[in-house]
Amino acid sequence: MLDARIPSGPIEQAWDKCKFEMKLVNPANRRKYTVIVVGSGLAGAAAAASLGQQGYRVECFSFHDTPRRAHSIAAQGGINAAKNYRNDGDSVMRLFYDTVKGGDFRSREANVYRLAQLSVNIIDQCVAQGVPFAREYGGLLDTRSFGGVQVSRTFYARGQTGQQLLLGAYQALEEQISAGTVRMHPRSEMLDLVLVDGKARGIVTRNLVTGAIDCHAGDVVVLATGGYSNVFYLSTNAKASNCTAIWRAHRRGALFANPCFTQIHPTCIPLTSEHQSKLTLMSESLRNDGRVWVPKQKGDKRQPNDIPEQERDYYLERRYPSFGNLVPRDVASRNAKEVCDEGRGVGPSGQGVYLDFRDAIQRLGIDQVREKYGNLFDMYEEITGENAYRVPMRIYPALHYTMGGLWVDYRLMSTIEGLFVGGEANFSDHGANRLGASALMQGLADGYFVLPYTVPDYLASSTPSKLDTSHPAFKQAREEIAGRITNLLTINGKRSAASFHRQLGRLLWDNCGMARSEASLNHALEEVRKLRWEFWQDLRVVGTGEELNQSLEVAGRVADFFELAELICIDALGRTESCGCHFRIESQTPDGEAKRDDEHFSYCAAWEWAGDGQPPILHKEPLAFEHVHLTQRSYK
Amino acid sequence: MDIKLKIWRQSNTASPGQFKDYQVTGITPDMSFLEMLDVLNEDLTARGEAPVAFEHDCREGICGSCGFLVNGLAHGGRHGTTVCQLSMRFFKDGDSLALEPWRAKAFPVLRDLIVDRSAFDRIIQAGGFISANTGSAPEANSILVPKASAETAFDAAACIGCGACVAACPNASAMLFTAAKLTHLNSLPQGQPQRDQRTLNMVAAMSRELFGSCTNHGECEAVCPKQIPIEFIGNMNRDLVRATFRRRREAIVVAGTQRA
Ligand SMILES: Cc1cc2nc3c(=O)[nH]c(=O)nc-3n(C[C@H](O)[C@H](O)[C@H](O)COP(=O)(O)OP(=O)(O)OC[C@H]3O[C@@H](n4cnc5c(N)ncnc54)[C@H](O)[C@@H]3O)c2cc1C
Ligand code: FES
Repeated sequence: MLDARIPSGPIEQAWDKCKFEMKLVNPANRRKYTVIVVGSGLAGAAAAASLGQQGYRVECFSFHDTPRRAHSIAAQGGINAAKNYRNDGDSVMRLFYDTVKGGDFRSREANVYRLAQLSVNIIDQCVAQGVPFAREYGGLLDTRSFGGVQVSRTFYARGQTGQQLLLGAYQALEEQISAGTVRMHPRSEMLDLVLVDGKARGIVTRNLVTGAIDCHAGDVVVLATGGYSNVFYLSTNAKASNCTAIWRAHRRGALFANPCFTQIHPTCIPLTSEHQSKLTLMSESLRNDGRVWVPKQKGDKRQPNDIPEQERDYYLERRYPSFGNLVPRDVASRNAKEVCDEGRGVGPSGQGVYLDFRDAIQRLGIDQVREKYGNLFDMYEEITGENAYRVPMRIYPALHYTMGGLWVDYRLMSTIEGLFVGGEANFSDHGANRLGASALMQGLADGYFVLPYTVPDYLASSTPSKLDTSHPAFKQAREEIAGRITNLLTINGKRSAASFHRQLGRLLWDNCGMARSEASLNHALEEVRKLRWEFWQDLRVVGTGEELNQSLEVAGRVADFFELAELICIDALGRTESCGCHFRIESQTPDGEAKRDDEHFSYCAAWEWAGDGQPPILHKEPLAFEHVHLTQRSYK
Repeated sequence: MDIKLKIWRQSNTASPGQFKDYQVTGITPDMSFLEMLDVLNEDLTARGEAPVAFEHDCREGICGSCGFLVNGLAHGGRHGTTVCQLSMRFFKDGDSLALEPWRAKAFPVLRDLIVDRSAFDRIIQAGGFISANTGSAPEANSILVPKASAETAFDAAACIGCGACVAACPNASAMLFTAAKLTHLNSLPQGQPQRDQRTLNMVAAMSRELFGSCTNHGECEAVCPKQIPIEFIGNMNRDLVRATFRRRREAIVVAGTQRA
């Protein structure tokens, strides 16, 4: 059933061959086709603008008030590209290799190779649009090394790379809007996908200002609706990011791949109050000079500076003598969790570890430390009120990115004909772990350079449709959505959706977070189901459906998160190996590192929705590694 | 701490609004300003009253979603921060705070503290872009950008489109917003071919959208969370003069040659 449609022949020529085999649409006919694009983050805005330029009639939807906003805007670090401007040995092959290996051998080689190839075109495109990347004195582009990679392949725009890339795509989109090729529907949330004869033919949306439920028909539907980290409630993602679009498509037949591959970032500002709504990422570069420690003694409540040297446990340096504080994201995160679980965590919540610059300040002097990290120390002080030059910073891991998503083939089409998926919403390129600065690259590769080829190829195989929203399939979907909204509004219980969301997140974080076991996952499954039942009994949404009602928006999203949470646990339970960010306690090496089981798990797990209350059905796409040889990671 | 709030409540654009008084208790200094509103909204929900609508997304000062007046000051008046970056540490037990939406003819109130800022998008549509169709870009390093131009472009491109400049301006002018985009694109070599047209079109769009004009109050610069300097408005005016006076000539089209 799962045909990834990977072109045959050498991997280096696969994409060229695929492009050549694609069918073309006569320019005069293009405006007869309607392309629905849901999402105007990096992936969606790039795709909508590019397809508009080609002459298709594009209808673009976003729940944001304007396409200048999306979660993408918060990305800081940068975007990778195999330009080799530094002459430091980078190449398409090396970026490909690093990405497959970094993903712990759970991605599709052909997709990753194409991503590495396209990375260079992205930088060209963005520069032409006027994205103000960092420059050297001679006027050439500057790059830096990022996330422990040995080459400097990361392009950046101060600490606001995501913002600048998104503005570039946004401006291109606005140009198309004024040219009339793209019609933008801001503040419109997709609540369902509509299929006619098994093909994706439209969507149902709710106008977030008036509450109107509308149907939209098209010849093809593209989802670029971002990731689902917020199923954990607390994450580094923007508050509104959610899974509704992909979850609704999943319920309509799109397979959901590797839902349990969720990434945790080790250096975030810890939770300080039970009312906290969001976690803030601190740059990983801090680990270059900061030393991570906790007290040796459980429950030690002394101020950090009062704890003498011999009573501190520099646990990363102790356990990983050669990598020390620079172990990869997943290892650093897991170790922090372990020491906190032992009762040695610091800060008001006990969920934190110190990142101490005392020694760095002694060694380098305060000025040099300020020069390197000053803006991060300022940001930390702004949020916590603490001066990290004097007392150690506190950090704790947080949910950051989701590698899982809707299953797509090489052409980014899901298992529903005519439904394409790009950006973080699909599962395609990062395997079990994403490397830093690679999400922006993937979102833009999909949006600028893959979808604008593969979507027209799909359109070319059919004539423009006469279908409109009077078709019974639209009427039915619309009624279902209206019914669901009425349900949410009339439960009339006692608890807000946000309070359920917080509880769901906590449950997942504790049992399906950085370390997972059969027992914890079974426990989570049971509790998630109970809590979901309670949600549908005791939810309270004030107000009506015919107005701007933020509580109603949240309630619908949380309802979908509940269903996704269950699938995440089921997927994690089935994958009894550890790989990348997925750590199963039962599968570790004698020194406590993640142990892959290539013999049994070298596949992508794609789940089929089998109906409410039915266990999902597993389909496997076997993964072959012909170019990058399977190896086990070690950081001792 | 306990905080007294006076919040503008309005159920939609057409209906009139009014201030209502609320009290929130048990606020801790480590909460953010928006988390304080989350607490209020939980209380309101429990009492069956409609929660206060306010816009937010990133909650870290980069998306530009949030924004309202706190005691008359856009984003609360703390230098270089958005309202989502405000911490309750900066307030005292017993403080009284009045919250109201951006006030400008071009930004109609949608509900409570939420306004419609789509006029900004229409200014961008008028010319806030560099036309570079996907696939047509030359090799990135073939365009040299002097470091100083890149820095200026960046300083201007840091605008998050929150609308505080408009809300703070006595004339509800969108000059700082427009000037920031023009300075970004007009400072770069890639932006030169469309420079004059862009400037003329964006300035025209600004007046179409019912924004006022600039009379040098400087309030916009003072409240801008990204500290976009008012000197960019000077750049815009210079570019406008330049564009207005530059001779534009029509291309010669010989009759018949256009037929293909
Ligand atoms: C703090 C932080 C820092 C990061 N830093 C980096 C970095 O340095 N480098 C890097 O490569 N990556 C980074 N990432 C990851 C990267 O930012 C994201 O993976 C990427 O931007 C996702 O882009 P996207 O286009 O897929 O989705 P998004 O940007 O999330 O866009 C989703 C779009 O879909 C719309 N949408 C969603 N659901 C619906 C619906 N139901 N109806 C209508 N519209 C809908 C939204 O309105 C929005 O327009 C970072 C992430 C975080 C959280
Ligand atoms: S919520 Fe994004 S800037 Fe305030």
